Amino acid sequence: MPPVITAEGLYKVFGKRPRRGVEALRQGRTREELRVEGLTAAVIDASFSVDPGEIFVVMGLSGSGKSTLIRMVNGLLPATDGELRIGDDVLSSMSAARIREVRRQRISMVFQHFALLPHRTVGENAAYGLKVNGVNRSDREARAERALEMVGLKGWGGYRPGALSGGMQQRVGLARALAADTDVLLMDEAFSALDPLIRRDMQDQLVELQQQLDKTILFITHDLNEAMRLGDRIAMMRDGRIVQVGTSDEILNEPANDYVASFIKDVDRSRVLTAGAIMEKPHEILGEGQGPRTAHRMLRATQNPWLVVLHRDRTPRGVLWEEDVAAAVSAGRDDLPWSTVHEMPVVSEDTPIAELFTLSAQHLSPLVVVDDGGRFSGVVPRVTLLTAAGVSNGDGGAPPEAVLTPAPDLDDAQGGAR
Amino acid sequence: MTPQDDSLIPRIAIGDWVDAGIDWLKTNLSWLFDLLRTVMSFLVDNLTELLLLVPALVAIPLFALLALTLRSWKLAVGTLIGFLLVLSMEQWETMMQTMALVLVATVFAVLIAVPLGVLAAISSTVSAIVKPIMDFMQTMPAFVYLIPAVIFFSIGVVPGIFATIIFALPPGVRMTELGIRQVDSETVEAGEAFGATPWQILRGIQLPLAVPTIMAGVNQVIMLALSMAVVAGMVGADGLGKEVVQAISTQNLPLGVEAGLGVVILAVYLDRLTAALGSPGEYRTSLLALAQRTLAQRATTGV
Repeated sequence: MPPVITAEGLYKVFGKRPRRGVEALRQGRTREELRVEGLTAAVIDASFSVDPGEIFVVMGLSGSGKSTLIRMVNGLLPATDGELRIGDDVLSSMSAARIREVRRQRISMVFQHFALLPHRTVGENAAYGLKVNGVNRSDREARAERALEMVGLKGWGGYRPGALSGGMQQRVGLARALAADTDVLLMDEAFSALDPLIRRDMQDQLVELQQQLDKTILFITHDLNEAMRLGDRIAMMRDGRIVQVGTSDEILNEPANDYVASFIKDVDRSRVLTAGAIMEKPHEILGEGQGPRTAHRMLRATQNPWLVVLHRDRTPRGVLWEEDVAAAVSAGRDDLPWSTVHEMPVVSEDTPIAELFTLSAQHLSPLVVVDDGGRFSGVVPRVTLLTAAGVSNGDGGAPPEAVLTPAPDLDDAQGGAR
Repeated sequence: MTPQDDSLIPRIAIGDWVDAGIDWLKTNLSWLFDLLRTVMSFLVDNLTELLLLVPALVAIPLFALLALTLRSWKLAVGTLIGFLLVLSMEQWETMMQTMALVLVATVFAVLIAVPLGVLAAISSTVSAIVKPIMDFMQTMPAFVYLIPAVIFFSIGVVPGIFATIIFALPPGVRMTELGIRQVDSETVEAGEAFGATPWQILRGIQLPLAVPTIMAGVNQVIMLALSMAVVAGMVGADGLGKEVVQAISTQNLPLGVEAGLGVVILAVYLDRLTAALGSPGEYRTSLLALAQRTLAQRATTGV
């Protein structure tokens, strides 16, 4: 499928005669040199594309140009140079009236400080985009009501936004964007002004809504943990440039430069890494039709005290333990000796490893990981889990010296990621 | 000053030029001034008559009721006492004349000031042009306006209104511009992001959110209009101002004090009332707020 948002070589320079700034940047002059001349280069040569149904996160600190970038995507700020397309529409060469039309039909936006109208009710706020678009009263009320219901604010339509908490106000902001029924959703630091706990709630809710609605979302944040939780792909921005685009795994495991590396140092890996990412494939797996003697041979080969047994359809049947197998062999039994003490903990591939610790502490046996269809895909033994967690708190790749030779705003970088 | 200085710096006859300009206006635009004169004197005369149509003892409780509706019982009681005092000082008729003059002048001033303020908020060029003119209008001694006003409209209430409008205009323009420029930029962006036209943003977002500031401007307009309405007594506009002028010319202290008190009482009444109009939420004991709460309660208890 063709991308929904395409940016090619976008520049945004503020100041008098900004075009000359673009030329200067192309010739290799730096941002600081331009600043002396009174030009501010907010976005420099940004190229990326967002596919349909994707959550694309732009992550950067304040002053990195991410807010300018998101405002170029819906034309609130016209690009100084470069091309921006929404689908096939080239936004960067449109008249103001045409851009308004594209915004009404295709793009809605959620703002950091909610940007609700205090003199209108929650319902009227949610219906704002529809009202602007000339939808008649009964239709827009019905659609606003549905949108409010989606974000969990059913029955709040008659209140003023001032009567609501911050988290609820941002739900209204989200409902306003959803009611407009556009395929593109821009979220500008949408959860940054909320308390951490409420922020988590909203992130979960967004992911849940996205599964139903399948919108194309461009999400701006300065919080790397948020970026990792939400983003299918993440663009890291610094000083107006996009320094790396990739999935959270790619950015964690192959940071493009020292800047990104120093940034991810503070990421709580246990929330980002999943069971699927750290699981191991056991060397030997027993079929349920096989007997205790085969099990005994396999156990000796693997040197593990346990053995995973699968059904014919590769769903896990259970875990056998060394002492039970040994007893069964010496007793000459033919059926598999299931343990009376140990149970088999099963988790799915996308469980964050932070949630594995409790399970692992309750059970001696390894965690059995299954895919979406419930079929066996691997195990997470205790040792593996502890090793993965150890990496998150210890030296995550780059040696300490590398991290201590910082770029000027490295301290900010770490502060922002926390 | 020595004769040498005199010859070095030529006399620039700004006053004469302005006089010539005014003369030209008078001969060429007399139809316009006649029209304005007719309209304004019609409005003030009728409003005065309307205010005096009701007997003072009926009108005073009505004014108090208005105070209760918009603000509080305290202002209502104050109004009752103050206005009865004016009545006993035999200044009721003149106070109503002044009120009519102030109200008409305010309406005209606001009708000019708000659109001008909106334009100044939208366009920096307009703002750059309007600002020095407003400074000029506010700092030029108010009496000076009376001279051309009398030339255009001759003696009476109309030159008084004319001078009052010019004098009272600036805060209306300034506060409107300020109010609109102060509207949270993210909220305006939200309008743009959902595809609202500049007109829709002005109507639906900027103006409503600027209302408290604009109303503070209107409040200032009324206060300035009131102070000017007294000056307007000098050119023969009926009302408290004329009493004050008469008291000065005859050294009549009792009359001066009583007319002056009338101005103060009217000023306090109009100030408190328009302030409440600007931020109705702050006055929770007003009848208006009570009515709204009752309605809201009825709505939430489910009908």
